[in-house]
Amino acid sequence: MSTSTAHPTTSGPRSGPNWKSIAIWTVVAVVGAVCWVVLALSRGEEVSALWILFAALASYAIAYRFYSKFIAKKVLEVDDTRATPAERLQNGRDFDVTDRRVLFGHHFAAIAGAGPLVGPVLAAQMGYLPGTIWIIVGVIFAGAVQDMVVLFLSMRRDGKSLGQMVREEIGTVAGIAALIAVFAIMIIILAVLALVVVNSLAESPWGVFSIGLTIPIALFMGFYLRYLRPGRVLEVTAIGVVLLLMAIAGGTWVEEMGLANMLTLEKETLVIALAIYGFVASILPVWMLLTPRDYLSTFMKIGVIVLLAFGMILAAPVLANPAVSEFATNGEGPAFTGKLFPFVFITIACGALSGFHALISSGTTPKMVAKESHVRMIGYGGMLMESFVAISALIAASVIDQGIYFSMNAAAGATGGTPETAAAFVNGLGFTITPAELQAASDSVKETIISRTGGAPTLAFGISLIFTDAFGGGLAAFWYHFAIMFEALFILTAVDAGTRVGRFMLQDTVGNIWPRYADISWRPATWSASALVVLAWAYMLWIGVGDPLGGINQLFPLFGIANQLLAAIALTLATALLIKHGKLKWAWVPGVPLAWDLIVTMTASWQKVFSDDPAIGYFAQASAARDAKASGELYGVAKTPADVDQIIYNSTQSGILQAAFALLVIVVVAGAAVTVVKTLRAGGTLPTTEVPKVESTLVAPADFFATKAEKEAVREWEASQKASV
Amino acid sequence: MTLTDRLSGAWRLLRQATGEAKWDEYLVRCEREGVEPMSRRAFERHRADEKEHNPQARCC
Repeated sequence: MSTSTAHPTTSGPRSGPNWKSIAIWTVVAVVGAVCWVVLALSRGEEVSALWILFAALASYAIAYRFYSKFIAKKVLEVDDTRATPAERLQNGRDFDVTDRRVLFGHHFAAIAGAGPLVGPVLAAQMGYLPGTIWIIVGVIFAGAVQDMVVLFLSMRRDGKSLGQMVREEIGTVAGIAALIAVFAIMIIILAVLALVVVNSLAESPWGVFSIGLTIPIALFMGFYLRYLRPGRVLEVTAIGVVLLLMAIAGGTWVEEMGLANMLTLEKETLVIALAIYGFVASILPVWMLLTPRDYLSTFMKIGVIVLLAFGMILAAPVLANPAVSEFATNGEGPAFTGKLFPFVFITIACGALSGFHALISSGTTPKMVAKESHVRMIGYGGMLMESFVAISALIAASVIDQGIYFSMNAAAGATGGTPETAAAFVNGLGFTITPAELQAASDSVKETIISRTGGAPTLAFGISLIFTDAFGGGLAAFWYHFAIMFEALFILTAVDAGTRVGRFMLQDTVGNIWPRYADISWRPATWSASALVVLAWAYMLWIGVGDPLGGINQLFPLFGIANQLLAAIALTLATALLIKHGKLKWAWVPGVPLAWDLIVTMTASWQKVFSDDPAIGYFAQASAARDAKASGELYGVAKTPADVDQIIYNSTQSGILQAAFALLVIVVVAGAAVTVVKTLRAGGTLPTTEVPKVESTLVAPADFFATKAEKEAVREWEASQKASV
Repeated sequence: MTLTDRLSGAWRLLRQATGEAKWDEYLVRCEREGVEPMSRRAFERHRADEKEHNPQARCC
């Protein structure tokens, strides 16, 4: 075979500097630098959101072109003459050589969901600058690096999972700790995501109507694909999307149809409905509900991102929040408490650094990579794309009037739930808004916007502002519900799939002791494992919904810290493995983000566990509530003694979980430290479970766009393949 | 490359992304090996069964 494609940079017509390329990258760098300077220096004047957008795009381009290439060539030493597991073990099922652009789409659809849409919205309370900097710098040096390196390491080990790699490369104890952490963190993530859905659908008949209809739509698609026209995915997805848009538009007439009362659901009712749905969805065959819903969700994901990017450029909105707000320094923000450090870095997890991605980068994706060099575009590139989603969400939240933003994001206990009390509360924070203005904002989207915490309604409101401005037509209410619907769709897909993955993990783990339990066609096992997983997240969700202090306020930090702690496990594995491979000099690549992540998560965990401030420390909160109870008083926003008891219980539980997560991560890091010391004593390398090299016979281009030489090589190779058959 | 080439290339990628191309590949393989292909319905059922046993996590 031709090896010229394997090393496209070392051969080919390269003589002297490429002036065209230098000129282009100089322009990109200048554009990026100008945008950053404007963002850094603007104070108190009108700043266009486009500065953020272009600062992000230019930074991503440069990071991808230079830093990810450096990681691929120098740190990982990707080798295109080495066959990937997809090539060696090709079976047309899980191991399957996949076109790099197709796999990029699959991987992106698997990593991106509602997370990058929610965190930045909450973080916008501290101003636009902290979030912007963390999303962009974080993704370049931490998030994308983690995704790419874990993908590479797993690929070199035939697609082993994160937990397996920790066990085999660091140690059994660390492996067990990682396994427990992964499972527990998944439960928390599912609970918090479900909480976002509950908060956006409660008291919203339109939302319940549209989301409710996605179930029959998905079932219809499932039966269509199974019985009517098997395999015609594009066709059925097109039909599904049309039905979906009709379901959203149809919500306008919920009132006229006389369904409004029936569909105005309380949060508690929604929790029960979601739990039942989650259970049923995880035991039904996948073709019925999960697969078709996934098609819809993926299509909407990509469509909405494209639409949002266009909308922002057309509308060119002005940012309504300051660069850095007072809540960044006083830590008393209504959306979540705590100061900029460490809480911005916790609140924005997905989009900057998300440990959950390590599970995907070490699951399905590594078994489908065609060429080693593709880890760059799929791992690093995929995460940059998710970061762009986060930046879009940050912008959407930042263009909302501050009075409205805080009315939406403060807990019901603070705003009182009516326009009058909410306006009084927000004016007390130092923003000006009248009850009439709040009422007008609610009317524009046809439902109340007061205390709609959880991020999704705020994002939907921001998106409706941008789209109404960009595309005109007075469709604010439609766009608002459109945004609510796609967020809920992503989350429900994540809940379906997450419950199922959790069920498999549970069956697998119990199967170590009782082999029959691992049999996934044995009903008693599948049903009971599903029920346990659903009960676990539904329990957390129930607690969150009933929390007098606001479930998002209490649970979101737990979610963020859990996700970042999972990232710490992934980066620890990456650092330890590079050292075992004798690459101590490159250990800083995952090591520096690891150090930063540990500082952030450990500080946040410490504060959440040990802080004396009841607004931050879970145990301090419980003990303050206990003192209040002992002296026969109410505590904070609690309205009844039962509320006080609830606060004591919830805070104690969150504190214990928080401490347990941090301890699990410390166990993994300590195990890795021992491994590193052993490696250095052994002279700088230790054997790993990397699969030995097998020569590759595949030819494929390395990056998004194939070079001329690559295209030529692919053509030659395809011709030779045909000839040999 | 002409516009039609590009369009058909994009269409092929889209079919690969949805998994519809698996059927095309299967037919080609059957023809090469001289085997009678199974019905599309049976083929898609096999694929659904595989998905049943390999759940893929969806992230936040």
